[in-house]
Amino acid sequence: MKIKSADNRVKREVSIVLSGEAGQGIQSIETILIKLIKQSGYNVFATKEYMSRVRGGVNATMLRVSQDRAAAPVDKTDIFIPLEKEALARYAYRLDKNTIIAGDAALLQDSRVNDIAFGKIAEALGNPLFSSMVAAGAACGIIGIGKETADDFIQKLFGKKGEETVNGNIKAFAAGYEAGARTAVKNNFKIKIDKNIKIQDEFMLSGADAVAIGAIAGGCSAAFAYPMTPGTSVFTALAEYSHKGQIAVEQAEDEIAAINMALGAWYAGARAMVSTSGGGFDLMTEGVSLAGITETPVVIHLAQRPGPATGYPTRTEQGDLNLALHAGHGDFARVILAPGNTLQAFELARKAFDTADKYQVPVFIMTDQYFVDTYYNIPRFEVKEHKNQNYIVETKEGYKRYALTKDGISPRGVPGFGTGCVCLDSDEHDEDGRITEDLSGIGLKMKEKRMKKSALLNAAAIKPSLYGNKNYKTIFICWGSVLNTALEAIKISGLKDAAILHYSQVYPLHKSTADIIKKAKKAVMIENNQTGQFAGLIKKETGLDIGHKILRYDGLAFSADGLAELMKKSAAIKGKKIRKPAEKKKGRR
Amino acid sequence: MANLYGKENVEIAWCPGCGNFGIRNIVMNALTELAIPKENLVFVSGIGQAAKAPQYYNTSYFNGLHGRSLPPAAAIKAANPLLKVIVESGDGDMYGEGGNHFIHAIRRNSDITVIVHNNMVYGLTKGQASPTSRPGFTTPVQVDGVFENPLNPAALAIALDASFVARASAGEQEKSKEIIKAAINHKGFALVDIFSACVSFNKVNTHRWFKENTYIIEEGYDPKNKPEAFKKSLEEGPWPLGILYVNDNKPVFEEKLAPYLNKDNTPLYIRKREAGTVMDILNTKI
Ligand SMILES: Cc1ncc(C[n+]2csc(CCOP(=O)(O)OP(=O)(O)O)c2C)c(N)n1
Ligand code: SF4
Repeated sequence: MKIKSADNRVKREVSIVLSGEAGQGIQSIETILIKLIKQSGYNVFATKEYMSRVRGGVNATMLRVSQDRAAAPVDKTDIFIPLEKEALARYAYRLDKNTIIAGDAALLQDSRVNDIAFGKIAEALGNPLFSSMVAAGAACGIIGIGKETADDFIQKLFGKKGEETVNGNIKAFAAGYEAGARTAVKNNFKIKIDKNIKIQDEFMLSGADAVAIGAIAGGCSAAFAYPMTPGTSVFTALAEYSHKGQIAVEQAEDEIAAINMALGAWYAGARAMVSTSGGGFDLMTEGVSLAGITETPVVIHLAQRPGPATGYPTRTEQGDLNLALHAGHGDFARVILAPGNTLQAFELARKAFDTADKYQVPVFIMTDQYFVDTYYNIPRFEVKEHKNQNYIVETKEGYKRYALTKDGISPRGVPGFGTGCVCLDSDEHDEDGRITEDLSGIGLKMKEKRMKKSALLNAAAIKPSLYGNKNYKTIFICWGSVLNTALEAIKISGLKDAAILHYSQVYPLHKSTADIIKKAKKAVMIENNQTGQFAGLIKKETGLDIGHKILRYDGLAFSADGLAELMKKSAAIKGKKIRKPAEKKKGRR
Repeated sequence: MANLYGKENVEIAWCPGCGNFGIRNIVMNALTELAIPKENLVFVSGIGQAAKAPQYYNTSYFNGLHGRSLPPAAAIKAANPLLKVIVESGDGDMYGEGGNHFIHAIRRNSDITVIVHNNMVYGLTKGQASPTSRPGFTTPVQVDGVFENPLNPAALAIALDASFVARASAGEQEKSKEIIKAAINHKGFALVDIFSACVSFNKVNTHRWFKENTYIIEEGYDPKNKPEAFKKSLEEGPWPLGILYVNDNKPVFEEKLAPYLNKDNTPLYIRKREAGTVMDILNTKI
């Protein structure tokens, strides 16, 4: 079909920001809109930003509706729907002359506002509670989608609550929609996003869902946690599926108990997981140490938020890498994974259990507030029957939990399976698991045995993914949740000879790291923290000093358009800025 | 003594004359009389002299961190309800570093037995006061003597409605064995606070002192009467030895967990996670 030339000037995507106080219903508008938009066959993305309060404050949710998949936040705002006055000032940086601001003009007292009095319309329909639905309708009306599906959708959503609620909400949506449509016409706002009916059946996973369901796929059979935002959402999801998935779930008295429970559960053969955030993880470090010496597998979901201490409880940061790297005292191996998108989160959470079990080491899944709270539709995927290799062995009389083996991995028995004793000790121990102070004998062998796993884990490290121009001059390096944003940003930036290098396993680093980076004329690190912790790790492991860094540490995630500007700037800066380690002098090693 | 539960040919790192030897005997005899299948037995401990006890048994054990015997114990039982889980640790480990866990383990009410060697001192770190040290007890740290009120574990446990609370003494082999057998047989959290002399660092609360300051609870005492039990637990000098309190009506932790709600006690490691289950969950996410 020939595309009409006029269509090219019409927008293929739109960004909407809704903002209001906690308790004003932003959350329910978000839920309604996302479901309705997806149900209508459009790509949708949602992320939130909220204050650490139960009522009041200024919270926001950003939605993107798009022709092509778009899975990152943008600053540019096409439609802004403030439910209260303060939001206008707080989000001023996102608004330009083209932004359509819709809301109650009497309340907002701002000449830019297109008046749609959600509250009054709702009251006129008989219930102020309908105002969320009026706002949802208005958003849909401005962009001109969702009308056909809305009635059915509302029927399904509220069917249980009775006819009155259903009809009221249908009318509220329609009234909002009409007001929105009028606003679009008045502002000459045109948008054309083609429907793709297949999207209806796609999965819609938040980062938290993806980690939790991936864990279940990985055989997670026990979960222990003490509530802490944003780690809680994964724990909640596991509790939600505890019946379906047959998972033993307990809210521990503190994080110390949680991780010690997880270790006890693994010891007895369960596949256990803890979920926490930085402050809670501080307390868990003793358990990481215990996992290290006892060679007990454990999976730790660490959802980062800004620190130190309680920091910004509800904001985002990638500031805990150093903590995860160094948690626990003494030397022992560990694996740190950091998914870049929801599909990766599912797969890595599943893999984490296998890796922990196979190598008998702690495995971290590092996400952050932005990541766990964000969601978008992704194509359906099938879960294959998990070959869930059982690493547990049946024991016999004389079984040695810490038998010395070539590769450093001792066959792991569990109590009750076989006739042997499974003895585990936090003190340095012999092959039987009994305390030893034979420093130069078995004590030393145990230490060396544990370290052998590092070699295995190095070899098994996940390779970083390279996106963009394979003959890159500039390489932008990132890890974890920054992936989607970096990918969109590089497109927006128009940089031609650049590539993105993303790490979904940040420790141990894949051996290709140094070569990939050295191939570039310039390397730029993108991190959501203040000091470039991952750059520090790369330097420590490879000797390469990545001089250019794009760091954001105000508690917010990068936006694709904002990051694109920063990428262009750093690409323009002269200078190589990859310092290589001094060549080794011959004869001086 | 050849005992099924005793590890032979190991060097026991306790001082000669330590009360821990007596407790080890008591525990092994109790296990022998109960004829508990060795392969279904797991000991859990924290850190300290008392916490080394599992090293000297011929059973599986999880010898974790200081103060952290109870969380893994609850989880071991939750991962495999067919196991007998016995926690054995010191007073510092249980009531000091592990105080918070002690409170919540009682609330949680896992079916585990908790034997606390109460020697009223920190042995392994060479003689500092413990939460149960008596006022006036001087140590290299408490140079002017302990002035805080000691913790009364039995009273605390009864106040929290622990499902089984007993006090025993290493010097009373027969009586203590019967108490520990009852504790092991009890379904739910069972605490046995057992007096033990530290011959190296506690020169006040000696074997003799414990003998002279305890008495065995009279026949006919009803451990199900909570106010009476609480009163009994507050008696000090002489301390009553015996089963102080029993509440059989508390729900047991692991039985309330999703995997066991249908009364199927299959250990978690045997269960398989079907891909269909994961798919069902994913299919709700559209
Ligand atoms: C986290 C931590 N803090 C301190 C210690 C040092 N420590 C080892 S045993 C112990 C006290 C043990 O006292 P108790 O439980 O009464 O046992 P006892 O040695 O008297 O049998 C302490 C403080 C430790 N191992 N770990
Ligand atoms: S220090 Fe005390 S508790 Fe430890 S073994 Fe010696 S006597 Fe027993």
